[in-house]
Amino acid sequence: MADASSIGLWTVPLAVLGGAIRVSTPFLFVSLGECITERSGRINLGLEGTLVMGAMSAYGISYLSGSPWLGVLAAGITGALFGALHAGICSLPRVNDIAVGIALMLFGTGLAFYLGKPLIEPTAPRLPAIDFGWWSDIPQVRAALRINVLFLIGVAIAPLLYWAFKSTRWGLLVRTAGESADAARAMGHSVLLIRLRATMVGGFLAGIGGSFLSLFYPGSWNEGLSSGQGITAVALVIFARWDPMLCLWASLAFGGAAALGPALQSVGVTSGYHLFNAAPYILTLAIMIITCSPKRTLTGAPAELSITK
Amino acid sequence: MTSEAVDSADAAGPAPAADPGFLQRYGTTIEYILIPGAALVGALIVFGIFVALFGKNPLDLYFYMYQGAFGTWFSWQNTLTRAAPLILTALCTALPAQLGMVIIGGEGALLIGALAATSMALAMPGAPPLAVQIAMAGAGMAAGGLWIVLSGALRQYRGVNETISSLLLVYIGLAILNHLVEGAMRDPASLNKPSTREIGAANMIGTIPGTDVHWGLVFGLIAAVASYILIYHTVFGFAARVAGGNIRAAKIVGLGVGKLILTICFLAGAAAGLAGMVEVAAVQGRTNANLAAGYGFTGILVAFLARQNPLAIIPVAILLGGISASGGLLQRRLGLPDASVMVLQGIIFVFVLASDALYGRIGFLKGKS
Repeated sequence: MADASSIGLWTVPLAVLGGAIRVSTPFLFVSLGECITERSGRINLGLEGTLVMGAMSAYGISYLSGSPWLGVLAAGITGALFGALHAGICSLPRVNDIAVGIALMLFGTGLAFYLGKPLIEPTAPRLPAIDFGWWSDIPQVRAALRINVLFLIGVAIAPLLYWAFKSTRWGLLVRTAGESADAARAMGHSVLLIRLRATMVGGFLAGIGGSFLSLFYPGSWNEGLSSGQGITAVALVIFARWDPMLCLWASLAFGGAAALGPALQSVGVTSGYHLFNAAPYILTLAIMIITCSPKRTLTGAPAELSITK
Repeated sequence: MTSEAVDSADAAGPAPAADPGFLQRYGTTIEYILIPGAALVGALIVFGIFVALFGKNPLDLYFYMYQGAFGTWFSWQNTLTRAAPLILTALCTALPAQLGMVIIGGEGALLIGALAATSMALAMPGAPPLAVQIAMAGAGMAAGGLWIVLSGALRQYRGVNETISSLLLVYIGLAILNHLVEGAMRDPASLNKPSTREIGAANMIGTIPGTDVHWGLVFGLIAAVASYILIYHTVFGFAARVAGGNIRAAKIVGLGVGKLILTICFLAGAAAGLAGMVEVAAVQGRTNANLAAGYGFTGILVAFLARQNPLAIIPVAILLGGISASGGLLQRRLGLPDASVMVLQGIIFVFVLASDALYGRIGFLKGKS
């Protein structure tokens, strides 16, 4: 067992495990953020753009300040600003939230590429990892268990959010706005304000998800950094039935699926590399086909949500 | 909002004679031109400010944008060449929009259409060029059409949201293209940039005589006009608009909504697939990752800016084609990054959507006073 080179094909499940932990973190943050936004009755498809903007601003601030944690904070703030922009435009009459999301996806990606052009060359300080694999002397095990703090934070947010939706005043308000805008209005609350806050918190989390991409894994800034993780995470929320705990499990499963391609490539299986890379999208589509139905709205779907009406 | 300020400024300028009859008749049309136009101007101003923050002169920016897009015959041809696929991919969003569906997967249908067209050409060695070209167009349209029908069918029969499914299909389509281009269909001679074999110079569709603009532009114009006639001057189009306006009313009067959705989605995807065929048969000559140049995504913007009207798509596509054609000049003369076109497109998109709130609110267009 101690002979590291003899683990052979075990590399694949190990890499998938490590990938599930590493690759899932952006999925986790974006899906939890989107979960909050969608629970308030709005869908923000622009989180793909937010993710890329978060990645770029985190890298830039980390490079300029020397502190990756400041970068994470900057990514969160950038994300919250994008959330505010989305909510602000959506609160105008007759504006479709899905279309605004598409617009912000384009705008966020373009802006990140524009501002991030000078950041492709330099190397910014990365986020540290905690070594949970110290007990093993197999390098692959140790690599798989080098876990970033952001992952742990994300894992902690999921049950926290579950509890907050269930039993805090804030959670009830968000859910009320999502289930019946009229009821929230009757209680004397501004639906637009609730949704603004929910979208900003959602954007904040998505921005942090982006900072993980540029500051930990893959851990550099380039224009191919995100290839639709943001949009996959939005679909993942539907699969997870708007339940933060299910978002956590689904993100882990998606991370594992996304790690399959690189894992197989590392043991020499190179054919079908691109198809394995598309595994998360195929998985999302398959899950949506299985779980959706034209006859009834999805269980757990916020009634005000435009995509399930 | 800035757009509102710009709009009132615009409105004060060329005020038509205060004839209520004129305004009652054309008020809505003027609104459809004025509001997106004002949004466009507002977006250009914001982009100018954005560029000024980086120490560039916004007036230089507008000048080079005009030069690069419409300043010379050369730039006009560049613009029209880029407008051709944009017209076709915009139809991919605009046609389903008549049914109230938001399809944003034109890029995927373009890639699959290109792949199918290339395969068809490679499968017919030695056939007469015209036959190859017709077969390529047919294959591209069929493949692109079926690709979008997938989203439509999933929406109709499984209740899957078509916006998300069509976007997921873009990534799946790109993966299939890369898989085939780097695997089964790879030309061993393409070392640095994996590509399929070339379809052959004889099979290229060539340019409109006297210009450098390829025939794809004509395909786009025909498709846009045909779509316009289909939507506004046929019973089928009328049924589609009824279903888009009120799905329950459509069911009550006995319209086959499923059939409408599938047909419209097929036509939409066929348009984007044809764009893919055109890019192969007029520009690239083969299939490789260059095809994923974002025409599908810009097409979404074109459709929204044209308010999903197939005829309005033509001028808007030329405008947006001009903006992307000017990108090169902006890069060379002003040192702006190539992503600046994307930023401008994003700003325009945001302004156009926000300007939706203005319809029916401009006092003097209501024809009351």
